[in-house]
Amino acid sequence: MTDRGPDSAGIAIYGTPGEGHKITVQSDTPETDFDGLGDALGAEIGGTVTTRVNDTHAVLTVLEGSRAAAIAALEARGLRIMGVGETMEIYKETGLPRDVAKRFGLRDMSGTHGIGHTRMATESAVTTLGAHPFSTDADQCLVHNGSLSNHNTMRRILTEKGFAPKTENDTEVAACYISSRIAEGADLGTALEGTLNDLDGFFTFVMGTKDGFGVVRDPIACKPAVMAETDDYVAFGSEYRAFAGLPGIESAKVWEPEPATVYFWER
Amino acid sequence: MMTATATAQDAVTLDMGSMELREVNSTLQAAAATNRTQFEVLNTLGSHAIAVGLDAEIKVTVKGSTGYYCAGMNKRATVHVTGSVGPGVAENMMSGTVIVDGDASQYAGATAHGGLLVIKGNASSRCGISMKGIDIVVHGNIGHMSAFMAQKGNLVVLGDAGDALGDSLYEARLFVRGSVKSLGADCIEKEMRPEHLELLKDLLDRSGTDAKPEEFRRYGSARKLYHFNVDHADAY
Repeated sequence: MTDRGPDSAGIAIYGTPGEGHKITVQSDTPETDFDGLGDALGAEIGGTVTTRVNDTHAVLTVLEGSRAAAIAALEARGLRIMGVGETMEIYKETGLPRDVAKRFGLRDMSGTHGIGHTRMATESAVTTLGAHPFSTDADQCLVHNGSLSNHNTMRRILTEKGFAPKTENDTEVAACYISSRIAEGADLGTALEGTLNDLDGFFTFVMGTKDGFGVVRDPIACKPAVMAETDDYVAFGSEYRAFAGLPGIESAKVWEPEPATVYFWER
Repeated sequence: MMTATATAQDAVTLDMGSMELREVNSTLQAAAATNRTQFEVLNTLGSHAIAVGLDAEIKVTVKGSTGYYCAGMNKRATVHVTGSVGPGVAENMMSGTVIVDGDASQYAGATAHGGLLVIKGNASSRCGISMKGIDIVVHGNIGHMSAFMAQKGNLVVLGDAGDALGDSLYEARLFVRGSVKSLGADCIEKEMRPEHLELLKDLLDRSGTDAKPEEFRRYGSARKLYHFNVDHADAY
């Protein structure tokens, strides 16, 4: 992934569920912001909060009922919410993917599935919050190759519906769109299919959920996508280079997803 | 050339596990000035731009799969990839032969002026886009928008073609044995005449398949987009 660009990178890991909901937060001054954060938050929202600090990120585990209060309290402290979920943790920073993976100790992480992304920014600034994956609901995250041309119109529609994106980024608008469709009752397949009608522009999307991940490409499908499948795993990449180190790749089924077609894999 | 070693078969081995891409390509590009004619490239791991810009009658075997633009701008050389290739294989080839044992990603043979590209697996979208004289033979299927604005040369497909085949086609000839999902603007089926059967037989023979020319249908340009039609002025 490092070969594809240096501006920022992110990782979503679907790990083991804890005793409650995980909230991943980021700070530019972790030494001061994370010092005693769990105890202070616990006192503020009532209840026990466990904290695991990883470089500029911390994963706080709170009881499900106090999730909203915890997020509000953390945002009030100026911390950036990377993602929330029963199993999902999100780590993202500016810099080369290799360096980002190293500073968070990606090699030592484990889980059922994960998504990584490196960005070549086109539609918004290179910042931590502008990096992918974008998570706009619990255990959901989205990465995107491409650019959307109707994201400002869609941002206004979503804001009116109560799914306002936090950044100027086009991909976050797509993430909010999918989350809004799911919140309105659509299943993931229908929500992803909706992007083909409602989003204008180039995209190859990969959407992670607690149970698996989905893939959809726009009808022109300029943006590359390749899949590898064996009895043991399913992998997605922008190019084969990302698969070259996978076990058994020589005998894997390697194929490209069709345009305007939704694919989904569940565990 | 410190790490280039000759094997018993007299093929020079270029190992990308220990050599930089530029060193591999500059060795191949300098081959015309040496008496070496056989090369093999190992440990490709999906790397980009392998064996590009060659201009000598040499044979290069690329063992494994490659990334973008393998064998781009080829002249005279024969490049044989034993795995699959990424986007833009043999892009802008002038002459020579490129053979891919596996699949090819988007825009295989794009803009190429000459030579023969054989893909033994499937090719994905935009195969032969803006081709200008190359012959492409795909043993499997091809994806959507293939031969878009193709100007000259032949595209032969033993399997099926995706949507919008030959959109805005000029004078390239398209031969498909299987189904065509849809034809693009100004692309129509045409009569298969004896000279086409003869041409097709030669291409099939050279690409190592025993498919029968009679099993194919020919598609080409209706030539209605060549000139501005005043009745369409309102469309602009």
